[in-house]
Amino acid sequence: MTEATDPTSPSGATGATGGTVAAAITTAYEQEWGRIVATLIRLTGDWDLAEECAQDAFATALERWPRDGVPERPGAWLTTTARNRALDRIRRSATEASKLQEVARVADRGDDRVTLDDFPDDRLRLMFTCCHPALTMDAQVALTLRTLAGLTTAEIAGAFLVSEHTMGQRLFRAKHKIRHAGIPFRVPPAHLLPERTSAVLAVLYLLFNEGYAASGGTDLVRQRLTAEAIRLGRLLTALMPDEPEASGLLALMLLHDARRPGRLDAHGDLVPLEDQDRTSWNRPQIDEGIAILERTLRRQSPGIYQIQAAIAACHAEAPVAAETDWAQIALLYDELARLAPGPIVELNRAVAVAMADGPLAGLDLVEALVQSGQLAGYHLLPATRADLLRRLDRHAEAADAYREALDLATAEPQRRYLERRLTDSVAAADGAANQRQSG
Amino acid sequence: MKYLMLVCVDGPFEADPAELNVQPWLDEMHARGIRLTGDRLRPATDATTVRVRGGETLLTDGPYVETKEQIGGFDIIECANLDEAIEVASKHPIAKFGMIDVRPFWTED
Repeated sequence: MTEATDPTSPSGATGATGGTVAAAITTAYEQEWGRIVATLIRLTGDWDLAEECAQDAFATALERWPRDGVPERPGAWLTTTARNRALDRIRRSATEASKLQEVARVADRGDDRVTLDDFPDDRLRLMFTCCHPALTMDAQVALTLRTLAGLTTAEIAGAFLVSEHTMGQRLFRAKHKIRHAGIPFRVPPAHLLPERTSAVLAVLYLLFNEGYAASGGTDLVRQRLTAEAIRLGRLLTALMPDEPEASGLLALMLLHDARRPGRLDAHGDLVPLEDQDRTSWNRPQIDEGIAILERTLRRQSPGIYQIQAAIAACHAEAPVAAETDWAQIALLYDELARLAPGPIVELNRAVAVAMADGPLAGLDLVEALVQSGQLAGYHLLPATRADLLRRLDRHAEAADAYREALDLATAEPQRRYLERRLTDSVAAADGAANQRQSG
Repeated sequence: MKYLMLVCVDGPFEADPAELNVQPWLDEMHARGIRLTGDRLRPATDATTVRVRGGETLLTDGPYVETKEQIGGFDIIECANLDEAIEVASKHPIAKFGMIDVRPFWTED
């Protein structure tokens, strides 16, 4: 499992070649890496060989393109180079008849003038194979980032806060399981497709959330994850244009990501949605997300990602927080709770109902959740309860609930937010008590 | 590819005997040419573990590892890939009550 240094790193590329060629290689890496690896896996059945030969092809490009110029079709050039490299490697190690057959098989797939159009797009097969449910979720995510997105093992390790060694082992085990347990390299047949598509979507969504969550990793690493999740979402949508949930997930990710510039203040603290500077949101991206969502909803085949995207669209479309269509959001949460019941959805529904029908209506739902014990230990439950109590001017109870939330919250920005709210509630409770005494 | 299915249960369970009838599964897998062989196994209390150390044969009464899970039987199946093996295992009546370990055969590569 060797892994050469990333040939696309700006320092390496610019130092050796100058700007335009470096840019061409970076672009080719982003656009072609997954396609090349997927093609080579199909041709050779060997995941390590596929990665190594893709890596070699980019190293060769780095050497030749500055001298010979960037080829007219970089993708075809790289794929052919990688394929020939694989052929050489297999030939050199060919001692058995089976290996020679493999050479014949790879060689048969076209001559050196092959163009990109001769290779069917194997990336969809690769996606489904990486996200096979016989692999752990961690392995699915890591494998997707390595083979499809082309992140290095070190980069993936950094994103998930594990050592490079641990991540290397995880990838190694996953590739071996695929090979030895006979996980097929294919798009699943129709009867397996719905559940396996859900598995692919779940991996992309987890990837996005890992990058979007305010904990763990540096900002740069996290932005890379959300960017990769969106890029893979676009790819999946292009490869499965008839899958409404794939488009729904893409719209959802675009809409959430568009709000990123307003989520944190200058100190890195979380800014609640209602207080965010909406002019900082990425309007073109919101427009794109909404356009994708509207096209998708017309298919009338709703699913959890489309509904969540519709909720995100309600927020994105409101010019100011006060104009948010909370009644619509509450209805969407009803629908979401029907399709995917669970305590987190119920908590979000409670928030929407509180906004649509008043804090008391929301508080009833929250109290029911507290009674059920389902979200015990989850800081957003007491934090939500505290917020509703505060809006009902029950400041002493709100202060208690903020204290409860603080006992559970770990992320610093969240703690600072809760502490500010607690201070306000204590002051308001004292103020109310003084008023009663004097009055 | 060949897979060994270890058919396991984790302790006693209650089930309608009709639900545990393995015959329809056997019939289907034979008709499809998937099941090569298999059998039920006596419980772990009837097992004997054999080790040879320093030329001496050492015997232990019981299985080599004590777990709550008991291997109740095995099947050897020939499938196109893991997806087919999973489908075959999921149709085995015990899958609803216990669990099935689907283990690929070692092949040289």
